[in-house]
Amino acid sequence: MTKSLALELDNLKKTYKGGVEAVKGINLQVEEGDFFALLGPNGAGKSTSIGIISSLVHKSGGKVRVFGLDIDDHLEQAKLCIGLVPQEFNFNQFETPLQIVVNQAGYYGVPRAEAVKRAEKYLKQLDLWEKRNAAARQLSGGMKRRLMIARALMHNPRLLILDEPTAGVDIELRRSMWEFLKEINAEGVTIILTTHYLEEAEMLCRNIGIIDKGILVECTSMKALLAKLDMETFVLDLEQAIESVPQLGGMEGRLLDATTLEVDVAKAQGLNAVFAALTQQGIEVLSMRNKTNRLEELFVELVENAKGGKA
Amino acid sequence: MRGLYFIAFKSILIKEITRFTRIWIQTLLPPAITMTLYFLIFGNLVGSRIGEMGGVSYMEFIAPGLIMMSVITNSYSNVASSFFSAKFQRNLEEILVAPVPHLVMIAGYVAGGVARGLLVGLIVTLVAMFFVDFQPQHPLLVVLTVFLTSMLFALGGLINAVFARSFDDISIIPTFVLTPLTYLGGVFYSLSLLPDFWLGVSKLNPVVYMINVFRFGFLGFADISVTTSLIIIGFFCVALWGIAYYLVSRGIGLRS
Repeated sequence: MTKSLALELDNLKKTYKGGVEAVKGINLQVEEGDFFALLGPNGAGKSTSIGIISSLVHKSGGKVRVFGLDIDDHLEQAKLCIGLVPQEFNFNQFETPLQIVVNQAGYYGVPRAEAVKRAEKYLKQLDLWEKRNAAARQLSGGMKRRLMIARALMHNPRLLILDEPTAGVDIELRRSMWEFLKEINAEGVTIILTTHYLEEAEMLCRNIGIIDKGILVECTSMKALLAKLDMETFVLDLEQAIESVPQLGGMEGRLLDATTLEVDVAKAQGLNAVFAALTQQGIEVLSMRNKTNRLEELFVELVENAKGGKA
Repeated sequence: MRGLYFIAFKSILIKEITRFTRIWIQTLLPPAITMTLYFLIFGNLVGSRIGEMGGVSYMEFIAPGLIMMSVITNSYSNVASSFFSAKFQRNLEEILVAPVPHLVMIAGYVAGGVARGLLVGLIVTLVAMFFVDFQPQHPLLVVLTVFLTSMLFALGGLINAVFARSFDDISIIPTFVLTPLTYLGGVFYSLSLLPDFWLGVSKLNPVVYMINVFRFGFLGFADISVTTSLIIIGFFCVALWGIAYYLVSRGIGLRS
């Protein structure tokens, strides 16, 4: 059964005053219930696209539909469906978390009594309830990020857009935020996430779009994208020091130091061939790790290809 | 959606009232102190040598003008600083991304300015009652005038904030436009004292009409027809609503 679309961008364009073309005709479809990653280098047009979807930026051309609602004709209904977590802290630093989230619910028509109940629910879920009456400026960076997520959820949006929600957040907190977002997604909320942590996108998202210089250079499932990767690099820690790169069964390798060997492994060959070759030469491996995030390699490759005009 | 609009309006208003009451030392206390000084110096010390003006004591004469001056300044500066801060810190985006119509957003901020204007007006009236024993002659007219004037200057503050790019820009208009217009608007003197030429020039000043009709409401006499004054105030209110709506709906200074 075909799922309905949560978001549809049709030839979306944005040219700023002064002639800078930030978005050059993006076509994108995000299915309802998806956890979608929107990646791209700085200045690629991700935040501009999000700004247009959430009506903070005027588009120069194209169409935006949110759950089938064209924002040109049904802006208010479309806005009711969207929850936005922007990149920058944009709440009043002098207000308390409770005031911020309750007021935000009010802007979406949630009566105050109901807003207070929801505030308790989300502030507790995001570990902010104890700080509900502190001035927002006194919160730590991670708390401020979580506050913006709580604020975006107050009107129970069907589509949650997060623009780099874990930027500057420590790994422990980042992981707890991932768990929270997974739960929200499991409850049926469609999530669109932009991030510079590619591990985050790989771990959370089912589908992915890569934007570069205002153009969508790739839009596919995470699985299909990772399948494109035909070479991975592994770093092996050896038990004993060696002087030169051993025979690796036709694969390329480099010595980083006397006990650390880096090997490029083709997907078709697999790791067994490497271990077999090393065992044959009496070299024992103590541990092994993937050199870079797989998605990161692909991301760099795709963006480089786009620069070279191959994409 | 009407229920939604009302809740949104109420939320903006509550946010605004919370803001200016939280910083009451900056917003509510200074007008009380300033007006006490005005009454002491101009009303009591200088006024006792001036004698009567318009058939009443000088202190009584300046009281309505001083109340109106506080209302004007506070309504204007509340919206100018709050709206500009929200724009500058980008927390205005909280409202811009929500399904809040432009008219409701303007109404919310203007209502916040009117709330502060009226509260300060009340505080200054209470201060005035320590110095002057007066009863409003036309209470409904007093309420109507103070409400319309407060709304008019709250709208002015919002328009100022839309164009402002720095905090300096929201102090330029109060310093170079509002203060001279208010001081030359007949707070401290009767227009009947002016030569014909300056009387004609004064009639170009909209604040003259506000103080005039407000004084009539309190003291029962006016330099200019009350009907004319109300029509002019009404005209400015409609015009500023139109300008504010045009600017906000076009996203000028708010959306890129």
